[in-house]
Amino acid sequence: MTTLRDEDIAVSAAVPTQRAARLRPTLRHAIVAVFVAIAFAIPFVASSFVMFQLSEVLIYGLAILGLNLLTGFNGQFSLGHSAFYGLGAYTAAILMHNYEVNYLWTLPAAGVVCFGVGFLFGLPALRLQNLYLALATFALATAMPQILKFHALENWTGGVQGLVVDQPDPPDFLSMIDGDQWLYYVTLVVVLLMFAAAATLVRSRTGRAIMAIRDNPIAAAAMGINTSLYKTLTFGVSALYTGVAGALSALAVAFVAPDSFTIFLSISLLVGLVIGGVGSIPGCLFGGLFVLYVPNIANSLSNGLAGAIYGVILLIVIFVMPAGAAGFVRAVIARLSRWRQNPTEGGYR
Amino acid sequence: MELLLQQVMAGLANGAIYACVALAVVMIYQAIDHLNFAQGEMAMFSTFIAWQLMTWGVPYWVAFAITIVLSFIAGVLIDRVLFRPVQNAPILSQIVAFIALFSILNSSAGQIWDYTIKSFPTPFGTAPLFGSGMIDAHEAGMIGITLILLGFLYAFFRGTRLGLAMRAAAANPVSARLVGIRVGWMTALGWGMAAALGAIAGMLIAPVVFLEPNMMIGVLLYGFAGAVLGGLTSPLGAVVGGFAVGVLENLAGTFIPYVGRELKLTLALIMIVIVLMFRPNGLFGRMVVSRV
Repeated sequence: MTTLRDEDIAVSAAVPTQRAARLRPTLRHAIVAVFVAIAFAIPFVASSFVMFQLSEVLIYGLAILGLNLLTGFNGQFSLGHSAFYGLGAYTAAILMHNYEVNYLWTLPAAGVVCFGVGFLFGLPALRLQNLYLALATFALATAMPQILKFHALENWTGGVQGLVVDQPDPPDFLSMIDGDQWLYYVTLVVVLLMFAAAATLVRSRTGRAIMAIRDNPIAAAAMGINTSLYKTLTFGVSALYTGVAGALSALAVAFVAPDSFTIFLSISLLVGLVIGGVGSIPGCLFGGLFVLYVPNIANSLSNGLAGAIYGVILLIVIFVMPAGAAGFVRAVIARLSRWRQNPTEGGYR
Repeated sequence: MELLLQQVMAGLANGAIYACVALAVVMIYQAIDHLNFAQGEMAMFSTFIAWQLMTWGVPYWVAFAITIVLSFIAGVLIDRVLFRPVQNAPILSQIVAFIALFSILNSSAGQIWDYTIKSFPTPFGTAPLFGSGMIDAHEAGMIGITLILLGFLYAFFRGTRLGLAMRAAAANPVSARLVGIRVGWMTALGWGMAAALGAIAGMLIAPVVFLEPNMMIGVLLYGFAGAVLGGLTSPLGAVVGGFAVGVLENLAGTFIPYVGRELKLTLALIMIVIVLMFRPNGLFGRMVVSRV
């Protein structure tokens, strides 16, 4: 048994503790539809500032989804996603600032660049496991701000100063909505499309292969899955998601600077991933909410002790929902359905 | 040649800091099987306690001893109170709990002792050693203490029943429990020892980097890198890895033209990753054979 130690860690790192107790598909679709309808209606009632914050929530959610594809579904740990986020943001900003590319084209461009870099980074990552992979990705995260500040690249990246870009204006035929609302809609549509694509991906044959590698790489290889190919591809796709999120953030904030993309961003994404639920797609959005709002709440309670309050909230959440929000919801659904099948048992195990 | 020697010595002096931290990291890794992200903040907090004692007039070595004892107790308490409830949670959730602890300690230290930089005394003095100016007495003392700690830990883990029990509890908790080892207390003991080691590291580092709530963040990251480079299962590896990181970082900064200065951390990390490509379990790590 001792020999299995690292392997055990790899598996327990990734597998959600609750096996899916799913709602019926029709009910699930209805819930998704309601949330989408609410998301589209919000700009008519909320202020500009709230719109901006919600755009950020969606963007963080998308970045967390990228991390989730890699960590939650493929079992590869990463502390380097701030680098992909930054790479995406800078790709968008450089294209807009230096080459005057239309902002909508910067999103696929950021995706392609990040996919390429992520795929290439996935190659050495094949040799590394668990904490060693964490260190390698950590190296990526520390390298990124320094590379962005590097003096030989200053003509492109603007060095320490960063780059200012124009916030996109709504097209002429939509003159009744303002910039923040337009940005929210752009973000919402992109994020919805990418979430739908991710949901489709993980239910496909490819998705099952990706998860098989997480659950047992040796057995997966024995069943004929090309583990190296799928692992590097997953790295690429994961980087693509996070990179597009970065590009969206460049549009939303209208500014990029090297120090926005440090290791602490990676840690925030990791927190969002765990709080939302490892291996859950809707959980990513909950993670985005947490990452954006909880630090603000902590700050409003006490300026000096904001970090301590944030930490306490984080601990409480982990104590109450050790498998994240998604795990919590699953547990509740499982209990309810058991109770419905056999009410006399009173819902206890 | 003169320059090379000088840079290596300077690197060793930095490396001693990283080696101290790496040793504490490996300790807790042995006891609880994962990296403790809050390790640096625990060390920082301990160092502040020592500083507080000294401002109240306690002599250096007394404060040193009291701090180690208090840190040990605090480490045991953190395990019992905070980490026992989540010991069956998924490992990523536990990592987030570490991040929470990090945040709590960092912010409370800032609130209690504020963010101004404080100087911390050294028991060794700062006179240059061997008159060459390459390494001073404090740095030499730091290296010495690190090596003594390494010897002590080696003796403890190899030579005592308790050390053996701790290794068994970490390597295979179920079997260890079956032969009568109290695994929970072994883990708590590991936490206590790691906290005590961290306190020593913090007190040795503080004269160099100065005392403030964020003093350990950079150092801890280098310490992790050193521990991983050396192989997380080996205390000797951690010390060698820590020194190697310090030397590599300095040499990269000096000798690689054009990019060296600005990107020295990046270069050091890239070199570490390259080493890991060839030795995926670290320089001194045990090869793990997996079974289907």
